[in-house]
Amino acid sequence: MFVNHEGGHYLEALKYVGKSITRIDAVEKVLGIAEYASDIELPGMLYAKLLLSPYAHAKIISINYEKALRVPGVVSVAVGDDFPFRVGLYVNDRNILARKKVRWVGEPVAAVVAEDLEAAEEAVELIEVEYEPLPAVLDVREALKPGAPLVHEELGEYAHSPAFNPIAGTNIANRFTLKKGNIVEGFNKSEVVVENEFYMPQVSHVQMETHVCIGHYMADGNIKIWTSAQSPFTVRYILSHSIGVPLHRISVYVPYVGGGFGGKAGINFEPLVVLLSKKAGYRPVKLELTREEHFLAAPLRQGFYAKIKTGVTKDGKIMAEKIFYAFDAGAYADYGVNVARAAGYSCTGPYYVPNIEAESLAVYTNHQWGTAFRGFGHFEFLWAIERQMEIVASKLGIDPVEFRLKNALLPGLTTATGEVLREDAGRVDQCIEAVAKELRWGELTPTNDPKKVRAKGIAALWKAPAMPPNAASSAIIKFNEDGTVLLSVGVTEIGQGTVTSLAQIAAEELGVPIEKIRVVPFRHTDLTPYSWQTVASRNLFMEGRAVIRAARDAKEQILEIASQVLRAPKDDLIIKDEKVWVKGRPEWSLHLKDIVAGYVYPNGNTIGGPIIGRGYFVGTRLSYLDPETGQGYPALKWTFGAQGVEIELDLETGEVKVLKLVSAFDVGKAINPMLVIGQIIGGGIQSLSLGMWEQYVYDDKGRMLNPNLTDYKIARAGDIPEEIIPIIIENPQSDGPYGARGVAELSMLSVPAAIANAIFHATGVNINDLPLTYENIWKALNKKR
Amino acid sequence: MSRRKIRFKINGVEKTVEVEPNKTLLWLIREELKLKGTKKACERGDCGLCTVLLNGEPVKSCLVLAVEVDGSDILTVEGLAKNGELAPIQRAFIEHGATQCGFCTPAFLIVGHWLINRNPNPSREEVVEAINGLLCRCTGYKPIIDAILEAAKYMRRT
Ligand code: FES
Ligand code: FES
Repeated sequence: MFVNHEGGHYLEALKYVGKSITRIDAVEKVLGIAEYASDIELPGMLYAKLLLSPYAHAKIISINYEKALRVPGVVSVAVGDDFPFRVGLYVNDRNILARKKVRWVGEPVAAVVAEDLEAAEEAVELIEVEYEPLPAVLDVREALKPGAPLVHEELGEYAHSPAFNPIAGTNIANRFTLKKGNIVEGFNKSEVVVENEFYMPQVSHVQMETHVCIGHYMADGNIKIWTSAQSPFTVRYILSHSIGVPLHRISVYVPYVGGGFGGKAGINFEPLVVLLSKKAGYRPVKLELTREEHFLAAPLRQGFYAKIKTGVTKDGKIMAEKIFYAFDAGAYADYGVNVARAAGYSCTGPYYVPNIEAESLAVYTNHQWGTAFRGFGHFEFLWAIERQMEIVASKLGIDPVEFRLKNALLPGLTTATGEVLREDAGRVDQCIEAVAKELRWGELTPTNDPKKVRAKGIAALWKAPAMPPNAASSAIIKFNEDGTVLLSVGVTEIGQGTVTSLAQIAAEELGVPIEKIRVVPFRHTDLTPYSWQTVASRNLFMEGRAVIRAARDAKEQILEIASQVLRAPKDDLIIKDEKVWVKGRPEWSLHLKDIVAGYVYPNGNTIGGPIIGRGYFVGTRLSYLDPETGQGYPALKWTFGAQGVEIELDLETGEVKVLKLVSAFDVGKAINPMLVIGQIIGGGIQSLSLGMWEQYVYDDKGRMLNPNLTDYKIARAGDIPEEIIPIIIENPQSDGPYGARGVAELSMLSVPAAIANAIFHATGVNINDLPLTYENIWKALNKKR
Repeated sequence: MSRRKIRFKINGVEKTVEVEPNKTLLWLIREELKLKGTKKACERGDCGLCTVLLNGEPVKSCLVLAVEVDGSDILTVEGLAKNGELAPIQRAFIEHGATQCGFCTPAFLIVGHWLINRNPNPSREEVVEAINGLLCRCTGYKPIIDAILEAAKYMRRT
């Protein structure tokens, strides 16, 4: 028996939910016929090429594109002043093309539109731009100093959402503050105080599919967009807001997305192609970034600096924490302001801390602009917090697993924002224990090679969706005349597999075999039900609830009709195996297919009509946070987890090999265990890759030195640990669909800290700056000697 | 630029096309023949997602000039399934969850297919070595490795 989200009981075993069915999009994908934005070609389509800024910060004195216009095939050239609009998800700070000045090396300055790509490429080289270089600010701490060059002089004029706090006359795009308890008293009661600084560089999502979009501003004033975006409705909304075209005149189509990881959330190059299309005589314009352009011009994960002071009692209770986080948001923070906010309200990690003072800043610099990246804010601050926990435990002489368990944030305790953790919240203690057990925590494996040591490390994690309180999801279930079903949802398929789980939920609820349910494979804002964004590991939870409601809405309508035909009260009817039955009277039943398009009596009289079920979901009692204290209810749900590694470290070279990676998450209920495991393994390796190798390397002028996949290394098949162990823990959350919580981002939050903690155990050396390249480890080991 | 006429076989079908000498095989496949299953993610040999079989051997099609394939035999992902029946490698990818966003999938299928046909009993190390030139950002590779090993088993059974 299983308690469902409304407190009812399932008396029968679940047929689809909890089963590892294969992905519903897998056949298309293995046949090579799945459609991606780059595969789309339209009649009369033109191609765009961007001219990127060579300076990190410079005034644009003049742009001359006469020669470019003369290249055969060139239709139009656009510069920033052609498009006097700004866009932004939360802060309206971003230009379509640079205006007046450039703010990072790679900022698009001009765009050529031509009949073919070759002509556009040739022409873009011929554009002459005169710049006057300005002093650039290339470090987040420098950017905060008084007198630092300002990246946005007009910050005070930008419109922004009320949840954010940009400070005019500074480089601070958002300042989040949080106060809980009494910090002075907390430190007074502490017997040991530990303070450390941590750092993380900017990194790229490296989605295998770069940003691709096509815009068609049509002569009748309607706009069509085809794009590799995570959030078609947000693209539509922000574009509408920015250029003043009402929503019903904008259609956004999203096919399969070749990897998103947050980088294709919000709005990116869509406004540019739409405006280029208008300028080029209302013909469709396609922009497809090359890998190099993707590295230089597409948004990335912000860099991060942290300073944490923790006060503890001798027996290992955390009493107080003073936290400072500064995110290197880069040139624009339209989405990035929320990264600092999310890190701010989750700032402690999964631990109970009674007294907190925290400040989390999104800071403009002349680096590339930052955006969402899988687990944003959390991947960054958990690197700092989970290293800090390790250092504090060692100062106290307490085992780090025991220390974490002692301070674990359990149901009934309050979070940093003063929220009492709900009684059916996930259990971080169980996750930590499961990982420790699987790692055989405390047992040491000797090596034969005296130059090499083995060690283990653990790090815990938590995250809630970083979304506004009114973020909504919805679903439509349409019955076809033959009793098959079309399920339509707004969550995009970016690889995470949510739609497969939603089909399972629909099949379970409707009593229809899953083979007879098709999820509409594309998103089109004209047809698809609304979904705020495909981000934040929120969609299985929110779309899941919406699908359940849509199914129940459809069933109500079906029972209404069936009750008349079967001459039995609605509450005596059940829907099962594609039929409506009178309970206890299996001989009195109707086939769904005879009802779902209207029931026809033998004489032709018809009752009912086509069945369309609909459902929506928004978070319950979520609130804005107090602007001073950060107190309130930001979290739809908290997912908890822990990750651990066993490493082998070469003491001479600094080479570290992760031999075993263990991850445990309290997902509430695995709707599809194979998909959950797929997320856990994939996210775990992404995390390992980011932690060990990835970074934007800049020269002193702010130019990226490694904009290709040779010099910017990501994990390959030969880099993965021999043993990768995913552990699923299921403490159901009563308002989740069948008890489920999200896991996609969580899977990648804490591997870097676990590796660095293992290095610490092996050598006593603390590495507080990422990435953990051999070189950096070698340097750290030698500093000690 | 003067165009050159080339003849080749792709997925079992004879083709004759005229190409400019600076165009790549990747361009020929995606832009000229409109076979969109083969992907591009770097166009400089780093990612391997444009891999196809050229005369039975895997090549990164962004590094091969179209004119070089005159007289050759090419296999792309679209040629794996025969008469509507999935190849063993495709079935195994579905069953092992080896595709997520799917963007890298065609390349891994091609290399996996090549490997198990050449060596029906590959070791894990041999699988890793075969796919080490291909990038996937979603799956963490493990499901792909498992799928290729499983596909080899299917092959041995038939
Ligand atoms: S596109 Fe050919 S190797 Fe990347
Ligand atoms: S499945 Fe997305 S890149 Fe491999």
